[in-house]
Amino acid sequence: MKRRRSYGLSAVAILVSAVVFVVPFAFIAITAVMDTRQSAELQFSWPRHFHIVDNFVEVVTTRDYMLIIAFINSTILTVCSVTAMVVLAAMVAFVLQRRQSRWTGVVNFLVLSGLIIPPAVVPTIWVLQGLGLFRTMVGLILVEIAFGLSFSILLFRAFIATIPREIDEAAIIDGAGPLRLFFRVIFPMLKSVTITVIVTQSVFVFNDFTNPLYFLPGDENATVQLTLFNYQSQFNTQYHLLFADILLITIPPLIMFMFFNRKIVAGMTAGAVKG
Amino acid sequence: MTTTVEDRRAETRGTAAAIGRRARARSAYPYWFYLPAAIVYGVLFIVPTFASFYFSLTRWTIFDYKFIGLDNFIQFFQEPALVKGFTNTIIYAVVTSGLKVVLGLLLAVLLTSRIVARGYLRSVVFFPVLVSTIGVGITFTVLMNPQHGLINRWLAVVGVDGPAWLTDPSYALLSVALVDVWKGVGLATIIYIAGIVSIPQDYFEAARVDGASSFQSFRHIVLPLARPATVTVVILSLIGGLRSFDLVWSMTRGGPGFTSDVIASVIYKQYQAGFYGLSTAGNVVLFLVVTAIVVPLFWFLSRREVEQ
Repeated sequence: MKRRRSYGLSAVAILVSAVVFVVPFAFIAITAVMDTRQSAELQFSWPRHFHIVDNFVEVVTTRDYMLIIAFINSTILTVCSVTAMVVLAAMVAFVLQRRQSRWTGVVNFLVLSGLIIPPAVVPTIWVLQGLGLFRTMVGLILVEIAFGLSFSILLFRAFIATIPREIDEAAIIDGAGPLRLFFRVIFPMLKSVTITVIVTQSVFVFNDFTNPLYFLPGDENATVQLTLFNYQSQFNTQYHLLFADILLITIPPLIMFMFFNRKIVAGMTAGAVKG
Repeated sequence: MTTTVEDRRAETRGTAAAIGRRARARSAYPYWFYLPAAIVYGVLFIVPTFASFYFSLTRWTIFDYKFIGLDNFIQFFQEPALVKGFTNTIIYAVVTSGLKVVLGLLLAVLLTSRIVARGYLRSVVFFPVLVSTIGVGITFTVLMNPQHGLINRWLAVVGVDGPAWLTDPSYALLSVALVDVWKGVGLATIIYIAGIVSIPQDYFEAARVDGASSFQSFRHIVLPLARPATVTVVILSLIGGLRSFDLVWSMTRGGPGFTSDVIASVIYKQYQAGFYGLSTAGNVVLFLVVTAIVVPLFWFLSRREVEQ
């Protein structure tokens, strides 16, 4: 809006952002490499001794390599649920966008409900128990799919609307059935929005705490978010290990952010505006 | 004569229907594409949602459930701990969405203006959105420690006596809300940035030609034209704020006492205590609160938008 750059304002913005947004992350990083005694002081100061390797080895080996198991669990959960979400949501969005009928209104209503209505916890457990899926990874994966579908469908639908129908018609004339039309012709064209859905949803699922807490309790099933409570006890919290753990579980989202920053921003704003 | 004509008409209608049926059966967009998603969504989201209305009217333990009418809801609105959870939820949602709207808009205006290091600033403001809520909660619990925490230490340096944040009953909920804003303001900011960037530059140029100050162009161009973004931010942060559980749980567990409990943490506590009926009643209350606030607001805000 203004013609010239305002350096004063920039300096203030950079300073404030450094204090408000960078210091907490720097605090996590430096506390993670301190020794036990210094980390307990909770100071924002340079580590007296660097215990990078020791601390990370200790975090990983705590409680019989629970963090490794948790990372495996979280990876399985994220990969499986996001893959299924992408395929199922794209199929729904395709028919929803292309075929206007009396179902369109119903489906749209259900999709919006999925965004607004808070899931009913205990009845979901009751259903999972009835299916024999409570306390199983499969059950949790299905729950994540159910809760993530709405957002994915909205993103896919908006993108499919930009693909001309002539492409469908050409494929149909060439004799493609619905499956071939969708999986061979349309789905490959959704690549860009598919990446957006994958990135945003995997960050959501990876960071999810509430659903694993309710639907997959138990130490052997822990996902990474639940490992954070290992180092806290009423009397003695091992801060260096706690922050090393936080640092480790922040790395996957950080990698996503570095590679897919634009995709994430596009996904979150587009989905939000449509919603 | 008449009969033959009618017969022929009936015949053509018949064939048309047959063609229609065949076309529908062969449609390139078959309804069964809905099926896999519908099964998962129906079984794990819609069935539990409807079941919650029934179970909220029962005394429900691990073994069985017994219909007890509205007793759970009466208890919910009589026990001080549970009522507190209800009012806290509203306060939390209103405070967080209010702050996210104001700060998000200001940050978006700042980050679309001509300042240095715009890319750095956008990244730094947005990154917390992607970080684990539990990680953020635990980190700020440490930073907000009344005696040893970084925040109070640094406040003391500039001569301010910081409050006890999470351990003071009158500040606990607001402290958690502030952290929620810290974590979520980046999303509000990028939504506003998307809104502001889509405003045609001509308006700003015309305003500048007419001698408008930057505040005037903010007040009369950005504010009204960023309205759809405001609707989105308000709706999203209200939905998120009303359901909020992770952050409250990782920072205070609803304490001290039950002064920072919200409905979602009440649901978890009652579930852990084995009061499944009461927990589900909490879920139904949350459902009603969310629909009672979000649906009319959505309707009202989008109607105003159409009128403009």
